[in-house]
Amino acid sequence: MSETQVQTGHPEAEKPQFYLTEDHHPEGSTMLGFWLYLMSDCLIFAVLFATHGVLGRNYAAGPSPADLFDLPIVALNTAMLLFSSITYGFAMLQMERGDKVATLFWLAVTGVFGAIFLGLELYEFSHLIHEGAGPTRSAFLSSFFTLVGTHGLHVTFGIIWLITLMAQVAKRGLIPENRRRLMCLSMFWHFLDVVWIGVFSFVYLMGVLG
Amino acid sequence: MFGNTTLTQFLFGRLTFEAIPYHEPILVVTFIAVALGGLALLALITKYRLWGYLWREWFTSVDHKKIGIMYVVLALVMLLRGFADAIMMRLQQAIAFGGNEGYLNPHHYDQIFTAHGVIMIFFMAMPFVTGLMNFVVPLQIGARDVSFPFLNNFSFWMTTAGAIIIMMSLFVGEFARTGWLAYPPLSGADYSPGVGVDYYIWGLQVAGVGTTLSGINLIATIVKMRAPGMTFMKMPVFTWTSLCTNVLIVATFPILTATLALLSLDRYAGTNFFTNDLGGNPMMYVNLIWIWGHPEVYILVLPAFGIFSEVVATFCGKRLFGYASMVYATCVIMILSYIVWLHHFFTMGSGASVNAFFGITTMIISIPTGAKMFNWLFTMYRGRIRYEVPMYWTVGFMVTFVIGGMTGVMLAIPPADFVLHNSLFLIAHFHNVIIGGVVFGLMAGIVYWWPKAFGYKLDPFWGKVSFWFWLIGFYVAFMPLYVLGLMGVTRRVSQFEDPSLQIWFVIAAFGAVLIACGIGSFIIQLVVSFLKRDQLRETTGDPWDGRTLEWSTSSPPPDYNFAFTPVVHDHDSWYDMKSRGYERPMTGFKPIHMPKNTGTGVILAGISVVFAFAMIWYIWWLALVSFIALIATAIGHTFNYDRDFHIPAETVTATEDARSRLLAERT
Amino acid sequence: MSSHPNAPSHAPAHESASHAHHGHSHGHEAAHGTFRSYMIGFALSVILTAIPFWLVMGGVFDSKLLTAFFVMGLGVVQIVVHMVYFLHMNPRSEGGWTMMALIFTLVLVGITLAGSLWVMHHLNTNMMPMSPEMMKNMP
Repeated sequence: MSETQVQTGHPEAEKPQFYLTEDHHPEGSTMLGFWLYLMSDCLIFAVLFATHGVLGRNYAAGPSPADLFDLPIVALNTAMLLFSSITYGFAMLQMERGDKVATLFWLAVTGVFGAIFLGLELYEFSHLIHEGAGPTRSAFLSSFFTLVGTHGLHVTFGIIWLITLMAQVAKRGLIPENRRRLMCLSMFWHFLDVVWIGVFSFVYLMGVLG
Repeated sequence: MFGNTTLTQFLFGRLTFEAIPYHEPILVVTFIAVALGGLALLALITKYRLWGYLWREWFTSVDHKKIGIMYVVLALVMLLRGFADAIMMRLQQAIAFGGNEGYLNPHHYDQIFTAHGVIMIFFMAMPFVTGLMNFVVPLQIGARDVSFPFLNNFSFWMTTAGAIIIMMSLFVGEFARTGWLAYPPLSGADYSPGVGVDYYIWGLQVAGVGTTLSGINLIATIVKMRAPGMTFMKMPVFTWTSLCTNVLIVATFPILTATLALLSLDRYAGTNFFTNDLGGNPMMYVNLIWIWGHPEVYILVLPAFGIFSEVVATFCGKRLFGYASMVYATCVIMILSYIVWLHHFFTMGSGASVNAFFGITTMIISIPTGAKMFNWLFTMYRGRIRYEVPMYWTVGFMVTFVIGGMTGVMLAIPPADFVLHNSLFLIAHFHNVIIGGVVFGLMAGIVYWWPKAFGYKLDPFWGKVSFWFWLIGFYVAFMPLYVLGLMGVTRRVSQFEDPSLQIWFVIAAFGAVLIACGIGSFIIQLVVSFLKRDQLRETTGDPWDGRTLEWSTSSPPPDYNFAFTPVVHDHDSWYDMKSRGYERPMTGFKPIHMPKNTGTGVILAGISVVFAFAMIWYIWWLALVSFIALIATAIGHTFNYDRDFHIPAETVTATEDARSRLLAERT
Repeated sequence: MSSHPNAPSHAPAHESASHAHHGHSHGHEAAHGTFRSYMIGFALSVILTAIPFWLVMGGVFDSKLLTAFFVMGLGVVQIVVHMVYFLHMNPRSEGGWTMMALIFTLVLVGITLAGSLWVMHHLNTNMMPMSPEMMKNMP
């Protein structure tokens, strides 16, 4: 890299240097690549939100959000996700400090909050289906289940990934590869928060408003 | 068989012997031909003991050059399949008049036009474009590989897996009869209960994973791996168009994935997104799929524009006229392509305000495209033009594409579209831009970069034969369709009443035969060139007096592409290097850090095929098992931390010395 | 962490060089939060979550439109908070590319959402022979 500096520093030279004699190490692309993946995922959610926006009032003479949604449970759910976010943040801070045990502890806490979130969501779904408001009842319910379910599926994969990473950190420690992976999962996890903000605002709260 | 239907159903889902189309003579003959050809190929590979070589050097390779070549091979194979569909349709329409039903019943004919569209777009044009980008972009930016080499291999195999799923539908079950975008409610469970649409969905979903990941990979590569000194405005134009194309891929394929997922939920889980009852709205599907569909057109054509830009600059011996305007035009097209989607369904009834907006945005796109056309013309103006084969394709493109563009602007006028919508005029228009733009571009690209990939040029005589057959064949095949479209003949019809139309279809069929000769000449060109490879060999690495970095290394390039990373001072950097007295480094080589090959991509894609097959045929236990296997394999792969190695300095020195000897022999 | 110590001071001196554009410098330096920033983010997001729930569950405003406006507005603010404090978005990380990708994606999300709603509204108005009220209750 210092080579470049030298060469381009002398543009007046007759024949500039046309190649690096030292090894060239391009900066790692993982974070950018993963961010691009998240952006593409964001567009999947955009389609689901758009579908909910278009079809979300087609109740087909069935129940409406005001009839179905139990806002206290949604609030609790949201709290779980927020807690998991801050605990993941703590895990990252411990990773910075190089404290493997503390990192694993906070990752585990994050996983538990995530699992509670999923459990509450599954409870809500089963309750709705039990009431006859399953995804096949109306276009509104189809789009609701798909949007919220897709988010839940992402959380599920996040938890599987989290467990995998915990095993890898336990086995190999906080080596650069594992740090990079933890940072990717951090982005994934916080990204799911952002999507959830859209879900509770647009689907639940606006839905109940009618 | 089992005497127990429940058990059979559990084991095989809805797959029965009836699903094998042994009562369709055409398919039986095709199957026999494919089976014999396949067996012969397998026997040859076994006889020459190539399995190990293929597995080690190609299938598991993470080398972007080899992956690029494999993409192009896939594209060419699928081109043959897609073209076979095309010529069957042309033949059917030429004879099915006045009570004659032709040789294809509607059931079969509908599958053929669907398969033709799906294969040509997703499994011919897309792999072709991705393959060329994969091969060329890292070389053009002076990189040793892409950002994520394993992902690149995985993407290729997922695309191939999608192609395999589509090809399976030929002999096991049936394909969709819905047209290439599978509009509901026709593609819903009520009206297409069979496996056809499921083949369609899963083929595209599996391939879509590969396409999206390869898009992410190439963006990261272009952003992060450029040689020192190569600022964005010094990037070769092909790299620029690749960047824009991949941005489009990453930003639109998720929309296709999500839309198809919603359709599959309708089909599998009984939801009501696009149904006619319970609040569903089929128009939403059309809206969503075209938000993907229109940018897709530009995904295909932008790299072709890039190829033409490289070819024109090289064969005119001039810097590309208006480089900056070319870059801006590409970016403007990239953005504009997102706000025109409704022009595909003006007739659905959004009303004047919406139609006017989308009509105007559509017409605006012709401005940057026109600017590009003038840039190419001005590059040629007063250039020292060498009419090599790539230049033939380029000039053929410029004439043909302008016609296609103008009929496109006609279709962009909503009132005119109300007359022309769904007619053969539309068919003629998009074949005009896709053949005249994309296919000609890809052919130019193949001829242009072939010597870089294989170390010998393609035979120019057969190249020109192929070009003239393609060009004339195109006009003969599609100009009649413009006429028929203006007369009001609609697309996707297998039989006609009015005998006065027949002559036009006969002419079009003749055109298709000419194109078949074009494809044949192209294959002959490949064979002849291979046989004459010693005569056509080029040892300089720079057969066309090129201008960009890929011509600075040997042909074919070594595994590591560049022994030393180039430093860029100007765009057209290789031309700059040559004109300022660049001397090839001969000493001081260092070990080079490279990624290791891995078979995980092949395995994951193979499991995906099994999973898709199980889902298509409702074999739930297999779907579950293969899905778990997929996740487990992926997780298992992440436990492998040993992913790279160093090419020792001695190997690099030996490779480079061999090249030095070759270069010395020439002079 | 892995940032190049002398890169920022070099970059402006050689604007002809690729260096400043090439992203060798300041790769990850801003990609981490501190305990303080995480806590600020958490506190803000708790508040920004609590208010809309309170507005809807408590029926604070009589006007539905006003409530909807606040719910969506606070949602947007909260998304920004998460982006800044949890995802560490800033114009410098990865040489500005993450920010650029984010803005581009948001534009596309906007086009997809607004475009779909606009197009589908007109399609429904013109092509569905019924009022929205009828649609809600249509079997």
